[in-house]
Amino acid sequence: MKSIKELEEIRKRTLDTINIRKERTGTRVVVGMATCGIAAGARPVLLTVMDEVKKNNLSDVAVTQTGCIGMCRLEPIVEVYRPNEEKVTYVKVTPSKALRIVNEHIMQGKVVDEYTIGSED
Amino acid sequence: MEMYRSHVMICKGTGCNSAGSERIAQNFEAELKKHGLENEVVVERTGCFGLCALGPIVIIYPEASFYSQVKPEDVEEIVKEHLLKGRVVKRLLYAETVAEDKIKSINEVDFYKKQVRVALRNCGVINPENIDEYIAFDGYKAIEKVLTTMTPAEVIDVVKRSGLRGRGGGGFPTGLKWEFASKSVNDKKYVLCNADEGDPGAFMDRSVLEGDPHAIIEAMTIAAYAIGADQGYVYCRAEYPIAVKRLTIAINQAREYGLLGDNILGTGFKFDMEVRLGAGAFVCGEETALIASIEGERGMPRPRPPFPAVKGLFGKPTILNNVETYANIPQIFLNGPEWFASMGTEKSKGTKVFALGGKINNTGLVEIPMGTTMREVIFEIGGGIPNGKKYKAAQTGGPSGGCIPAEHLDVEIDYDNLIALGSMMGSGGLIVMDEDNCMVDIARYFLDFTVDESCGKCTPCREGTKRMLEILDKITEGKGEKGDIEMLETLAHTIKNASLCGLGQTAPNPVLSTLTYFRDEYEAHIKDKKCPAGVCQGLAKYFVIEEKCKGCGICAKQCPVSCISGKPKTPYVIDSAKCVKCGVCLEKCPFKAIVKQ
Repeated sequence: MKSIKELEEIRKRTLDTINIRKERTGTRVVVGMATCGIAAGARPVLLTVMDEVKKNNLSDVAVTQTGCIGMCRLEPIVEVYRPNEEKVTYVKVTPSKALRIVNEHIMQGKVVDEYTIGSED
Repeated sequence: MEMYRSHVMICKGTGCNSAGSERIAQNFEAELKKHGLENEVVVERTGCFGLCALGPIVIIYPEASFYSQVKPEDVEEIVKEHLLKGRVVKRLLYAETVAEDKIKSINEVDFYKKQVRVALRNCGVINPENIDEYIAFDGYKAIEKVLTTMTPAEVIDVVKRSGLRGRGGGGFPTGLKWEFASKSVNDKKYVLCNADEGDPGAFMDRSVLEGDPHAIIEAMTIAAYAIGADQGYVYCRAEYPIAVKRLTIAINQAREYGLLGDNILGTGFKFDMEVRLGAGAFVCGEETALIASIEGERGMPRPRPPFPAVKGLFGKPTILNNVETYANIPQIFLNGPEWFASMGTEKSKGTKVFALGGKINNTGLVEIPMGTTMREVIFEIGGGIPNGKKYKAAQTGGPSGGCIPAEHLDVEIDYDNLIALGSMMGSGGLIVMDEDNCMVDIARYFLDFTVDESCGKCTPCREGTKRMLEILDKITEGKGEKGDIEMLETLAHTIKNASLCGLGQTAPNPVLSTLTYFRDEYEAHIKDKKCPAGVCQGLAKYFVIEEKCKGCGICAKQCPVSCISGKPKTPYVIDSAKCVKCGVCLEKCPFKAIVKQ
């Protein structure tokens, strides 16, 4: 038999995994996953982001993908949309860069300037 | 549960299921595996999304992409493009969601925009076979609150204040019903759920059971606590195999979690429930017949009083509510009775689910606040009438209800307004008819249904409906005579007044309401021997248009009674006296030279 406390734990745990089905307001991380992105190594980046989000229980963060963003030479590209903030575009992302993006930008709100598209070129 | 970046929700309600959604689900699983995505993307089988006309439906989160009419062979493309590369497959999206420059969210589409989903809130959102998902969306939170912080009297007070009325059709205040049963003193009481949805065209109870079975279990437990019962039964039609299966799984899961049983949530409260299958008799939706059926007797009604709240199942105080009524209960306790009462009209609170069917574009299930107009439901949410045809009437309340003609399209839907129009809410079937439907034929159809389903216990219903059907048969065959309409009216009033149960008392409604609004059609059948809509075969006449006839003779060869004659290359003639109105000639003529009038 489950106690009320156990029920609450199930509720929290399950909600973390399924609340992407509700209208969402939290952060959205979008990984460019067209042929160009995949060829440049977007899959390990996506998996790293997912892994890190899961590890830190970031329940209001959705990890999604998109098609070609149009700057194939800068792939893998990761875009971060935080509520009420300008979109930030990261380019030539690697799994280790992705770790920093999640830890600093998504969790602490500090944009990792040196990886953004603005510091390229 | 694992964390997945994307959730593929596949509708496994009866509609989509019979359109092949299981194969789609299996293809998704196979394709995801092939592309190594099985740890990133999860496939969930869920309940009805409501837009059954466009099934099978697949929704992919987090984008909430709404794919409609998906075929098993489309799955490969969706997985490769959408799930692997992140490119939504536009050509398979529900067309309404595709705007010129962007993809609209499903809540911006006409079909969903005006809906308020309370009873259907979890349908299509959770996997109904996984209790944890129900719990995640505040499931079993209401029973927690009720058992730990409220007295039974407070529970009844909340239901009363919410203004909830029975969604099975009668519209009796649910809180009052509970109060009567709670005041009956007895050592044993029962809580029943009526899932014997028998109206042709209504399928909301099925969808709730298929999509959110735990809500019913939770609500029945709350009801049991309120009246002091420890045993419940859900009486469900055996024709709903998916609903029965999911409900049975849900009951077992709830028992495992101690949400049913001897000591629910450690509070000492005891309640358990079982499913009982009905054999599909319409009359078993009537409460006393339903109770007799559960007892193992023949499903026949008995006179009331005593009402079931005093003397019900096995002679004990019993409450019986409909599936949709129960589906509202947990929400009322979570959001408060004032929230529920803030929706709807003065006397009809909350929302109502309607099953749209007949001549309407968006066949399916919709949930709207009471007080929404028929026009909004049919033309905005339902997408109007197909093929540019004209609206003639909508039948609500199935065989017990009546029709609502065009001049009353702006009526606000609630229990009392529909009754004032000679129809009723019923369980919420809404069948739309256009100019091609013959209203006499519609009345005949519903009466044919009640004659079949009359249990035969009382004479007015058994004999009266049969006599009415005979008159209607006569009229539609072109043998109607003066006095038939008056005889129909006399019979109808006698049956309404003298029948034992709701089935007989409401059976004449389709005839009375079509007589009120479409009396001219009856008169045309009887006096002019014409069916204005061209439906009644017995009144149809077939003609050859001379100018169009090439004299090929195909019609004469096909005619089963050899009533078409003529010489090759000259126009043929149909002998109306011999014609059996089978319509074969019209179908076979290559030059469209034969018409029906």
